[in-house]
Amino acid sequence: MTTPLIETRALCRNFGALAAARDIDFRLEAGARHALIGPNGAGKTTFVNLLTGVVQPTSGSILMKGRDITGVVQAERVKLGIARTFQINRLFRRLSVLENVCIAVAERVGAAPSMFRPAGMRRDVVEESMHLLDSLKLTADATHRISELPYGRQRLVELAIALGLKPEVLLLDEPAAGVPSAESHIILDAIDGLPRNIGVLIIDHDMDLVFRFAERITVMVSGAVFATGSPGEIGADAAVRAVYLGRAGHG
Amino acid sequence: MTPPQAGWADHPAALALAGRHRVRVWEPIPWVLALTFYFAFPKHLGFGTELLVTILFAISLDLVLGYAGIVTLGHAAFFGAGAYTVGMLAKHGIWNEPITGLILAAVVAAAVGLGSGLVLLRTHGLTLLMLTLCTMALLEEAANLAHDYTGGFDGLDSLPIAPLFGVFEFNPLYPKTQYLYVLTVLFVCFVFVRTLVYSPFGQSLTGIRENMLRMHAVGAPVRGRLVLCYALSAAIAGVAGGIWAQANAYVNLGTLGLDRAATVLIILVLGGYGRLYGAFIGAVAYMVLSHFLSKIYPTAWQLGLGLLLVVIALFARNGILGIAEAAVRRLRTPHATL
Ligand SMILES: Nc1ncnc2c1ncn2[C@@H]1O[C@H](COP(=O)(O)OP(=O)(O)OP(=O)(O)O)[C@@H](O)[C@H]1O
Ligand SMILES: [Mg+2]
Repeated sequence: MTTPLIETRALCRNFGALAAARDIDFRLEAGARHALIGPNGAGKTTFVNLLTGVVQPTSGSILMKGRDITGVVQAERVKLGIARTFQINRLFRRLSVLENVCIAVAERVGAAPSMFRPAGMRRDVVEESMHLLDSLKLTADATHRISELPYGRQRLVELAIALGLKPEVLLLDEPAAGVPSAESHIILDAIDGLPRNIGVLIIDHDMDLVFRFAERITVMVSGAVFATGSPGEIGADAAVRAVYLGRAGHG
Repeated sequence: MTPPQAGWADHPAALALAGRHRVRVWEPIPWVLALTFYFAFPKHLGFGTELLVTILFAISLDLVLGYAGIVTLGHAAFFGAGAYTVGMLAKHGIWNEPITGLILAAVVAAAVGLGSGLVLLRTHGLTLLMLTLCTMALLEEAANLAHDYTGGFDGLDSLPIAPLFGVFEFNPLYPKTQYLYVLTVLFVCFVFVRTLVYSPFGQSLTGIRENMLRMHAVGAPVRGRLVLCYALSAAIAGVAGGIWAQANAYVNLGTLGLDRAATVLIILVLGGYGRLYGAFIGAVAYMVLSHFLSKIYPTAWQLGLGLLLVVIALFARNGILGIAEAAVRRLRTPHATL
């Protein structure tokens, strides 16, 4: 077996008495198209927070390409190639769409610490950011502030920022939530168009999206991994249907 | 399809970003006014000097509060650190050359900023606010207790500041030299801050202010940036304090006090924070308002100022400049929907 891009071993996280992550053994392979599903409160976002270092595990370890990164701080993990989008938009609301992306790109290319050159004169940063916006069909909104954008468009900016980090591991926490169905294909197309060497973990409640996108699915229930398998296996799993898929119909 | 090499430099968003740091036509106005003041009101140069120092101090606060979003009530700690550096060095006959004295003031204040920032900036919001206040109170008390060095409650007066360039005397009664000296230093510091806020570093500070969580998630060393910004701001506040001590030839506990820290905060909120020129507008507005209010209501003028602040906080979050910006935007786009 090859070394997985991301691996967790017996990962646990308690919030007081609540076990939001319980003994999670998980592997994200290089180039994976992996979906993480589960009912509300299952601990999906907590898992992403653990992988990105927003939340520290109570016990267990996280490895990236075989290297233990459990104690590595958030910013360093980004430098190692782990990027995420947030379930609820976390954007620079009073800045322009272009600037939102530029901030991420500037950080990645190491331009951000420089103090004496105007940010807008970093042609490389601006150019790359505009390209990204173009690929997400956001150029028409580039001058607008985030606060002027409809929520669905803001979701695209979330994605643009994450892509601006050129990650190897991309963690998408419900990227299409709140996006009108007429526009969700832009997000899906963007995800489909990602380079194959990026490992993608996507969380979503939309089963059409999940089954269309994923080559592997992990089901989480009450903080623990309930089942993992190919879409076919998960779709056919009676227990999964009972705890989750059946309920999702009216969820 | 756009070819990959198309180039986006001409896109309005890219142009807006690339042109943001350019000097606007109106930007020389405050400097021209300041020079005009010098010639027009030779009898009020003491007041003018005080005003310029206040603007410098407010600019240093704008960097942390307006740009990085660090809420502090203890910024006078750095003003005082700079003032006492100049004061003690001069009074004890160690160093009294003004320009190098200012550099020393900046270094000492930056060191205080760095040290306290490393500890304080682990916290946010109200905790941070209280801790900045405590740090300042600690320094004030230390200055009070170290009577032999600082003059304690009485402070240090008749500081023997050497003439500028060995030629221009600082005459407290006729502060021509002080005024031009302070104006020059203000200009240099302003250019520095202005450059900083439009740089990628400044952009990342804005990012931290707008969404700290997201800044972590794009890989920014958030705390390092904040501490650096805090120390730089402290250095400028230290210059303001140092130059105040030089111009007045004395230093007292008031330089470290809550009164000064609160006043500069009021000034910045009044003028509009995060806007570079808010410090200018706010300082002038504050001076004018307190002047007139104290004439109309000699006993309760601060009440009027307080009420005005409440109104600003409730209805004009972005201060006087914010109101002006909104008005200009209205005029430019009469039928704007957004
Ligand atoms: N910082 C926190 N402090 C305390 N409890 C938390 C914290 N973060 C998450 N939880 C709890 O952990 C559990 C898992 O939450 P999480 O957000 O990970 O679920 P989720 O699977 O992402 O749900 P959803 O589908 O609604 O997004 C919930 O019960 C939540 O209340
Ligand atoms: Mg969630």
